[in-house]
Amino acid sequence: MAESPFKADIERVEREYSEKMTPGAIARIPGSSVINKTGSWRVFMPEFNRDKCVRCYLCYIYCPEPAIYLDEENYPVFDYNYCKGCGICANECPTNAIVMVREAK
Amino acid sequence: MEIPESVKKRLTLPAEEHFYAGHTACQGCGASLGLRYVLKAYGRKTIVVIPACCSTIIAGAWPYNTLDANLFHTAFETTGAVMSGIEAALKAMGYKVKGEDGVMVVGWAGDGGTADIGLQALSGFLERGHDAVYIMYDNEAYMNTGIQRSGSTPYGAWTTNTPGGKRHFLEKRHKKKVIDIVIAHEVPYAATASVAYPEDFIRKLRKAKEIPGPSFIQLFSPCPTGWRSPTDKSIEIARLAVQTAYFPLFEYENGKYRINMPSTRKEPKPIEEFLKLQGRFKYMTKEDVEILQRWVNHEWEKLKKLAGVFG
Amino acid sequence: MVEYKPIRKVVSGNYAAAYAVKHARVQVVAAYPITPQTSIIEKIAEFIANGETDIQYVPVESEHSAMAATIGASATGARAFTATAAQGLALMHEMLHWASGARLPIVMVDVNRAMAPPWSVWDDQTDSLAQRDTGWMQFYAENNQEVYDGVLMAFKVAETVNVPVMVVESAFILSHTYDVVEMIPQELVDEFLPPRKPLYTLTDFDNPISVGALATPADYYEFRYKLAKAHEDAKKVIKEVGKEFGERFGRDYSDMIEKGHVDDADFVFMGLGSLMGTVKEAVDLLRSEGYKVGYAKVRWFRPFPREELLEIAEKVKGIAVLDRNFSFGQEGILFNEAKGALYGTGARPIMKNYIVGLGGRDFTVRDVRAIAENMKEIIESGKLDREVEWFHLKR
Repeated sequence: MAESPFKADIERVEREYSEKMTPGAIARIPGSSVINKTGSWRVFMPEFNRDKCVRCYLCYIYCPEPAIYLDEENYPVFDYNYCKGCGICANECPTNAIVMVREAK
Repeated sequence: MEIPESVKKRLTLPAEEHFYAGHTACQGCGASLGLRYVLKAYGRKTIVVIPACCSTIIAGAWPYNTLDANLFHTAFETTGAVMSGIEAALKAMGYKVKGEDGVMVVGWAGDGGTADIGLQALSGFLERGHDAVYIMYDNEAYMNTGIQRSGSTPYGAWTTNTPGGKRHFLEKRHKKKVIDIVIAHEVPYAATASVAYPEDFIRKLRKAKEIPGPSFIQLFSPCPTGWRSPTDKSIEIARLAVQTAYFPLFEYENGKYRINMPSTRKEPKPIEEFLKLQGRFKYMTKEDVEILQRWVNHEWEKLKKLAGVFG
Repeated sequence: MVEYKPIRKVVSGNYAAAYAVKHARVQVVAAYPITPQTSIIEKIAEFIANGETDIQYVPVESEHSAMAATIGASATGARAFTATAAQGLALMHEMLHWASGARLPIVMVDVNRAMAPPWSVWDDQTDSLAQRDTGWMQFYAENNQEVYDGVLMAFKVAETVNVPVMVVESAFILSHTYDVVEMIPQELVDEFLPPRKPLYTLTDFDNPISVGALATPADYYEFRYKLAKAHEDAKKVIKEVGKEFGERFGRDYSDMIEKGHVDDADFVFMGLGSLMGTVKEAVDLLRSEGYKVGYAKVRWFRPFPREELLEIAEKVKGIAVLDRNFSFGQEGILFNEAKGALYGTGARPIMKNYIVGLGGRDFTVRDVRAIAENMKEIIESGKLDREVEWFHLKR
């Protein structure tokens, strides 16, 4: 499993987050949702076949989380910390390089 | 977050993410995808106003924030008014608003908060001519309260307060044409967009930023939970909404209508193609489908006439 | 007190408010017309038209939007103002909670007007007092001078504790009645009221924030406590600002309750706003006739000055609470508040509630005299004839 591109953000949130309550319910750390690992919601999981991938980016573009990133070679990286398993990526993939499989937990 | 240079080079969309993972939208949510695109287009120099809607939750409970942009949560019916106040304050404080390098004030409201309870504040915002963009993400019902019909719910749809049953108590009114109401204000820029066509949407977002005055975008935004559709079909359904001319993509600029590419490619597909993927339409009779098809045809012909295309 | 030459103008209460808004260097005004408030925002529009101020003016389509736009402006970081009355204030109700919850130091003038039906545009305090629990501070002006001074002090108090303030004046009795108001030269107002230093803004694009997000039961409670504490802290700030105002400009507001002859009074009249002007005049007259009476004019209804009330209650035998308002199913609202504040303190003055002047009915020196006679009897006999009296009731 690839390392989350949000790793630095998670560290930032953990460093900056304090229990101090600000009047007016102000949340001062942008992007701090990364602390929630929504991957635990997943039932089906996208399985990626690099050989079939044509690097069209549709999976990346249509990911609502976003839990799909592109690596230096422009291949998608699936961040299972956040992937909720909606399956949009598999449905939109033109070459069937992504298939949804029931996750063994 | 880190984005490799090679990716930035090849992508036709902005590579930067200002919408972060870990949010609590349902699987396959169109609204969260839409908000991701909005922040890709506008970046950090943005003030987002979110009224009561699914995005209240998606944007994160205190002390978390899904957005990497300033965000003001407000009451259900006030998006247009709060945007107006923010824009006025920015001008009073000497900020450049809209245009290149300007601050972008974005209203991000659902269809209930726009077509129904927020319509008055929207009208005031448009009529007074504030420099900001109002985006109505249209999932065609009150989803955050648990799927009740809104003015934007289409004919024949099941919702929890149009539940079908023995008396066939389904939504029996056609979808309110909010964009027509907006255009009646003679706004400088109004458009429809779809999460299935992000390049078109982002192009429209950029235009909405360039053109001075109030802009409005109605974004078609599938909701698997409320539409009783498979979570992986969100984009497919949004695409079919365009291909069946149920939700055509068009722009209104300087008093002129223009139907956009995805809608002009082919003759519309039959509405059944759009309906069959969604459980919310399963109670419709053959007659209901015909009624909806007639409405779609009528609206599509009307739009074509307005745009002066196809003869 | 600094030596300065006040600018004396003969203006209505509404114009006094508009001048104060200009002098406070308000940046955004969002408002909607309603009688008898309208001449405030008309006057502000006139100032803008004449180039006397750079206020951004948002002519909204409802009072609900007026408050919402003012909230947006204040959250962005600007000094923001609005004004309303009666039905308009009631329409704003939801957003009043929003303004205080988001801790925005908005100042609003409410011109007390009776709630319909039946329709009435005249003076009645039920509109503002019905907003008691919205988290706003409330200042009641007795005269046009206090409207002017009140708006200036309200901004300073609000911006110190980050809680909005409602400055309340009477329909027509103040709003449309002309009187001499001593205004303060702009540079001296600027010294008293420097530019706002916001708790947060929406314009730090390198450090974006979210305001007003969902708080779960684990956190909501503490945010409410913070607002409650801000109201308690505000009492000290109000006294300090009132004292500073007196030191700078000669009119002292360090007391949250203005007192007259309390030390040697058998009983005092207590009330809010312009009707206390009538009471003060009557008290002078009554004292010249040998009545041992005084007055206690409640300037700040929220936060409620329970400590100052107790000091008064410990000195007098009776308190006649005059309410130009009513809480149906109970009694006058100030009466209810005052009684509640004294419970358990040991102070046990006889208290009677007189409901007076609803819907703008005249309340005169003659009425005060009649109340004084009734109170005198009650105190001498030690017998309260009834707790609440609808004083003007036609039989």
